[in-house]
Amino acid sequence: MNIVVCVKQVPDTTEVKLDPKTNTLIRKGVPSIINPDDKSGIESALRLKEKVGGEVTLLSMGPPQAEVALREGLAMGADKAILLSDRAFGGADTWATSSTLAAALKKLDYDVIIAGRQAIDGDTAQVGPQIAEHLEIPQVSYAEEINVEEGKVVVKRQFEDRYHIVEVNTPCLITSLSELAEPRYMSVKGTFDAYREKDVKVWGLDEIEDTVDKMNLGLKGSPTRVKKSFTKQAKGAGELLDDVTAEEAVEAIVTKLREKHII
Amino acid sequence: MSKDVYVLAEQRDGEIQKVSFELIGKAKELAKDLNQKVVAILLGSNIKEKAHDLIEYGADEVIYTEDEMLKEYVTEPYTKATYEIIKANDPEIVLFGASSIGRDLAPRVSARLHTGLTADCTGLEIDLDTKLLMMTRPAFGGNIMATIICENHRPQMATVRPGVMDVLEKEESRSGKINEFPIEFNEKDMNIKIRKVLKRTKKTVDITEANILVSGGRGLGDKKGFNKLMKLSEALGGEIASSRANVDEGWIEKDYQVGQTGKTVRPDLYIATGISGAIQHLAGMEESEFIISINKDSGAPIFEVSDLGIVGDLHDIVPKLTEEIEKVKNES
Amino acid sequence: MDFKLPKEHLLAKKMFKDFAENEVKPIAAEIDEEERFPTETVEKLKKYGFMGIPMPKEYGGEGADTLAYVLSVEELAKVCLTTTTIYTAHTSLCSHPIYKYGTDEQKQKYLVPLCKGEKLGAFGLTEPSAGTDAAMQKTTAVKKGDHYVLNGSKIFITNSGHADVYIIIAMTDRSKGTKGCSAFIVESDFPGFTVGKKEKKMGIKGSSACELIFKNCIVPEENLLGKEGKGFKIAMQTLDVGRIGIAAQALGLAEGALEETVNYVNERKQFGRSIYKFQNTQFELADMRTKIEAAQLLVYKVARLKDDNLPYTTNAAMAKLYCSELASDVTRRCLQLFGGYGYTREYPIERMMRDAKITEIYEGTSEVQKMVIASSLK
Repeated sequence: MNIVVCVKQVPDTTEVKLDPKTNTLIRKGVPSIINPDDKSGIESALRLKEKVGGEVTLLSMGPPQAEVALREGLAMGADKAILLSDRAFGGADTWATSSTLAAALKKLDYDVIIAGRQAIDGDTAQVGPQIAEHLEIPQVSYAEEINVEEGKVVVKRQFEDRYHIVEVNTPCLITSLSELAEPRYMSVKGTFDAYREKDVKVWGLDEIEDTVDKMNLGLKGSPTRVKKSFTKQAKGAGELLDDVTAEEAVEAIVTKLREKHII
Repeated sequence: MSKDVYVLAEQRDGEIQKVSFELIGKAKELAKDLNQKVVAILLGSNIKEKAHDLIEYGADEVIYTEDEMLKEYVTEPYTKATYEIIKANDPEIVLFGASSIGRDLAPRVSARLHTGLTADCTGLEIDLDTKLLMMTRPAFGGNIMATIICENHRPQMATVRPGVMDVLEKEESRSGKINEFPIEFNEKDMNIKIRKVLKRTKKTVDITEANILVSGGRGLGDKKGFNKLMKLSEALGGEIASSRANVDEGWIEKDYQVGQTGKTVRPDLYIATGISGAIQHLAGMEESEFIISINKDSGAPIFEVSDLGIVGDLHDIVPKLTEEIEKVKNES
Repeated sequence: MDFKLPKEHLLAKKMFKDFAENEVKPIAAEIDEEERFPTETVEKLKKYGFMGIPMPKEYGGEGADTLAYVLSVEELAKVCLTTTTIYTAHTSLCSHPIYKYGTDEQKQKYLVPLCKGEKLGAFGLTEPSAGTDAAMQKTTAVKKGDHYVLNGSKIFITNSGHADVYIIIAMTDRSKGTKGCSAFIVESDFPGFTVGKKEKKMGIKGSSACELIFKNCIVPEENLLGKEGKGFKIAMQTLDVGRIGIAAQALGLAEGALEETVNYVNERKQFGRSIYKFQNTQFELADMRTKIEAAQLLVYKVARLKDDNLPYTTNAAMAKLYCSELASDVTRRCLQLFGGYGYTREYPIERMMRDAKITEIYEGTSEVQKMVIASSLK
């Protein structure tokens, strides 16, 4: 079974802080990581490979430095990696990103595509389903478990209040939750092999020209654009209620909870 | 020309989900600015009788499609139905709930329609000059907000975070058109097979994942103090947490400890009861979205990071608060 | 000259850091408190290849190098010195001499399972009356037919009681002094070999240091490592390698202590401001950081020398001397910046200070390192 895992390199947003003086993001020193949902997708692909054989290929779109994320995936045990990197792909929204990735996937031999549910920098959860649509294959998103039974892929699909145990024929696309599989560490051997024995292929526009309409790529191919971005208003000093009865206190809390749509 | 604001009403087991009414509430504002109508799309099996609920919450029209294939949510039949309804009606805007259904369906539909989609919006408004939908959403782990527009493709589509938009007052007297949109489904549309539907039961606690935490400190007095917090957290649908002191006392397991030597949490709501707020504790929770604290000592440092601080006795306030919240919940 | 780490080393370093943070740090205080050998961590070390980092793949190793090895020790020592003690003793003191001096049969039989982590290794040189003065060995090995008979005891042996394979130095010919020492590969279940009392230590409490007792212990002749009489040379060369590992331990420990302290002084407030804001704090941090930078260069350089097959004995001694004294100094000064909290076990700094001391002692005290360095100046 050949599996392609879509991987995004993201800034570790838990390490991002706001500069209290300028109220802007401090990006300096924020490490780049494999998006957590994608990393569990890699783990899950490796487990499937260990069970049923086949090859795991990583596919990413990003700037040249995203190569490091792919090397990390290779060090975990993936076999091949492709980085889509070209100025023509830059500034893409989810629609254009999924068009680009789908164009590359059309050139690959896959049974299952695994994409992380969402990236922690954008949190859109759109690219996976959009790739599936471009490729006209079924999708199962929010996967908490993936198994292969007699050539069919069986997925435990998470909803807020329930699970669906679904089976789907290949080829298909699955979006993985970070709880799908605790990612293994790279091995020491893996980190050295990732550079000395394995390769990250870089594909530009030339490599996918025949499987995509150029009008669907990059900024030009993006239906949406960011009009503006801003940081949230810094927290003002809170309210302190001294000398209130318990009832008054309860009322004040309930009012706040209602305002915040918590109740 | 594209017109009207559409919302995809979400149903589970034949019940319309609250997020659908929230979408209608927002759609109503947008439609007013555009001088257009709010139309709800309702998909399901034997769902027609629920259509009027959507009218009562403010929809001007409902378009529904019924089929056995639409009973449980499955991507392809839902995509097909939504796509065909949108294709036939050419709406200006379509809103989905940013639920695990909406976030599966909306991107698939947007790709089929070749239009833009903005995820997880917390703010939507019409720019009165351009008449464009301004879709605002948190990005970068919630550190920044971005306003997104979709100029040249229609419809403008967004998924909307549940619990953010206001629901309109239900009015039984509201009336509106309810039309069926028949769609021919074939076996090929059901491209996956649901083997089983399992209802979710509560998982083991991970306080870093909880949206609401009710946390207790030394002020709880003893182990039993946590029972009070447990009731409050249950009423709020949250989890309990603790300062280090109580863990050291053996009143609660280490898994629940917030702070420097425990876990760092960032819930939407953190209620600190009987916690003075040592720097080590604050380090683990000060990034919480909204902090309410109850403490007897008006000089407790916890108040410095609280959005709402109450100087008072938690043993008195917490049970009363629990009661009140349960009352509010039962009303709705 | 290139001061940048190669790409594969950077990636490996990231892996070591992730592993240290997630697998080693959470139980560091616990194993210290309970004086417990972290079996669960050792299993994980085996799984991810820590047990054979600088060894060639043909012997079951990871095919990396000394630089990768010191990076692993450095990252893990930032959070737990005990853990690094276990696998540096295994790698530097047991696998390495077999790799360097073993016959092909010995390598297949012992090195392969050691590198794969199927077996844990240890090294026995020190005796009650033969520490630095290794020539005073009392343990004897007498050849009888196709085997040797060992008698005597060793003390303070890291991994003792948990190891499967021990390199043991014993006298085959006392009349020849150091030239009468030989090295043997001894399996834990050889008849006549037992593990004695466990020492109660000041630091690295999770690692074991017991007495080894040989009472007519039968060792097959094919388990002689190198030639008869080469034991002292093997031991000294093994300690050279070992010192690189200890230097990396001490470096990591100092870095870990400084990281903890930087976090703390930024959070802790006194007189209405974080204690980072006080000039004394800043000067202390700046001084320690500078010395750590220098220490790191010493460690990486000696690793590179070894990887390039250049002489490194003096550099290993210098790195070990400087880093271990720095680790003691830095942890003590960091604890002072922590104040009262630093003295409590709520924070790791007191453990780090206790752990630091051993790096000035084992695998040659600071004084021995100075002797080695001085001898290069004659």
